[in-house]
Amino acid sequence: MAKLSVLVGTRKGAFILSSDKSRKSWKVSEAMFLGHIVHHIVLDPRDQRTLLVAARTGHLGPTVFRSTNFGKTWKEAERPPAFAKVEEGQKGLVLNHVFWLTPGHASQPDVWYAGSSPQGLFRSEDGGRTWDGVRGFNEHPMRESWTGGLGDGTPDGPKMHSINIDPRDPNHMYLGMSSGGVFESRDGGKDWKPLNKGCAADFIPTPDPEYGHDPHCVMLHPLMPDRLYQQNHCGIYRMERSEGTWIRIGNSMPKKVGDIGFPVVLHPRDPNTVWVFPMDGSTVWPRTSPDGKPSAFVSRNAGKTWKRLDSGLPKRAWFTVKRQAMANDTFDPVGLYFGTTSGEVWASRNEGEKWNNLVSHLPHIYSVETAVTAK
Amino acid sequence: MKINIPTPLRSYTRHASVVDAEGASVGQVLADLERRNPGFRFRIIDEQDGIREHIKIFVNEDQVPNLDMPLRPGDTMHIICALSGGLEPHLSLTTTEAQPKFLQVTESRTILSWRRE
Repeated sequence: MAKLSVLVGTRKGAFILSSDKSRKSWKVSEAMFLGHIVHHIVLDPRDQRTLLVAARTGHLGPTVFRSTNFGKTWKEAERPPAFAKVEEGQKGLVLNHVFWLTPGHASQPDVWYAGSSPQGLFRSEDGGRTWDGVRGFNEHPMRESWTGGLGDGTPDGPKMHSINIDPRDPNHMYLGMSSGGVFESRDGGKDWKPLNKGCAADFIPTPDPEYGHDPHCVMLHPLMPDRLYQQNHCGIYRMERSEGTWIRIGNSMPKKVGDIGFPVVLHPRDPNTVWVFPMDGSTVWPRTSPDGKPSAFVSRNAGKTWKRLDSGLPKRAWFTVKRQAMANDTFDPVGLYFGTTSGEVWASRNEGEKWNNLVSHLPHIYSVETAVTAK
Repeated sequence: MKINIPTPLRSYTRHASVVDAEGASVGQVLADLERRNPGFRFRIIDEQDGIREHIKIFVNEDQVPNLDMPLRPGDTMHIICALSGGLEPHLSLTTTEAQPKFLQVTESRTILSWRRE
């Protein structure tokens, strides 16, 4: 019977929640990397046993840990992601943390990509043992302009995230940067172009800037790779790549809720179904649920209309769901999972119609990913 | 020379609190430490050869400004996880506040590993 795992990265370590297709009973692992800040823990879907963890501690620099037996044993990367060393007298980039991990294309079984803070793109060709910077981005003459420098980012540092590989073409990639915007490469990362037309950036004085936007999470639909969804600092968007313009589908969200949030989750079999988890982006940006009433929202028609999904969730709560802290499984009906900054994992076995609390009192949750394996 | 290792780094030294390494400068000793304990160096020294923000290195009672600092026979190196280590970067203490009073450390040989949560 298929085994389902929910991989949870937290401020104080990683945890694995285990169940099966029924999703009725769950086991919570012991803490892994206790005390480490785990930004992301991801399974390699190509071999279904390799896990990579992006970690650092409050004191120690960033690294990547790797397990080839689904977390039984771990080894640190022999050469973790790092920016290129510059010549004496020049100021070079220093990696603060690895923020995002993405397995490479199915045709490139040992390739992984990592996004970092500050914004950098790294690639491994040996399953995460050694990493090199992607020079086409990290040393691109426009990189500093695109990213806005070290001072232009989220409170715990500017980030690269949402690395998406086109399932039809390993050389066709998208990524998101906070700050910077959405960027696209068609040559395996040798060159990049901004892809932000139509997306608001109302915190920038320049009207309709080419870059400098703040995508919070960008997802390409695996069955319809020319369709992208984006939860942005300035709303929810969809792009049909042939049109090349972001359409603000969040305008049809209830006005009292708005369309600000961090994560966006796609239905694995229906490109028209998308979930978001709105947060309060008004006044000083509390980033908690609007009016303290947590709820996911789903659109079944690519963003034309939205439905509130809060059955089973607390009537009032003041947590945040971060950009990589919401995920889906691939069962039918689809299971949804999100983790909170207050250390709770919530799950739905029926596409968000009803939510159940899986675990409480974990540390502040940074990331939630799922893994469906054969056993 | 002897190097005192703080608890967060002892996973690299097979849990040893004091290790030996050789070199005529701080940088050379850290390179030797890396050879003996792979992965150790990048956790405390960044890719531009800077000492990480929340790490302090002392030789005897003198704080190490950079990796070029020369060493003498009989010196002892102390790697310290600084007071500011548990803070998010945007909450970091000022440089003055972040530096521990090292004299408190030398007598007791207790490695400082304070974290402010």
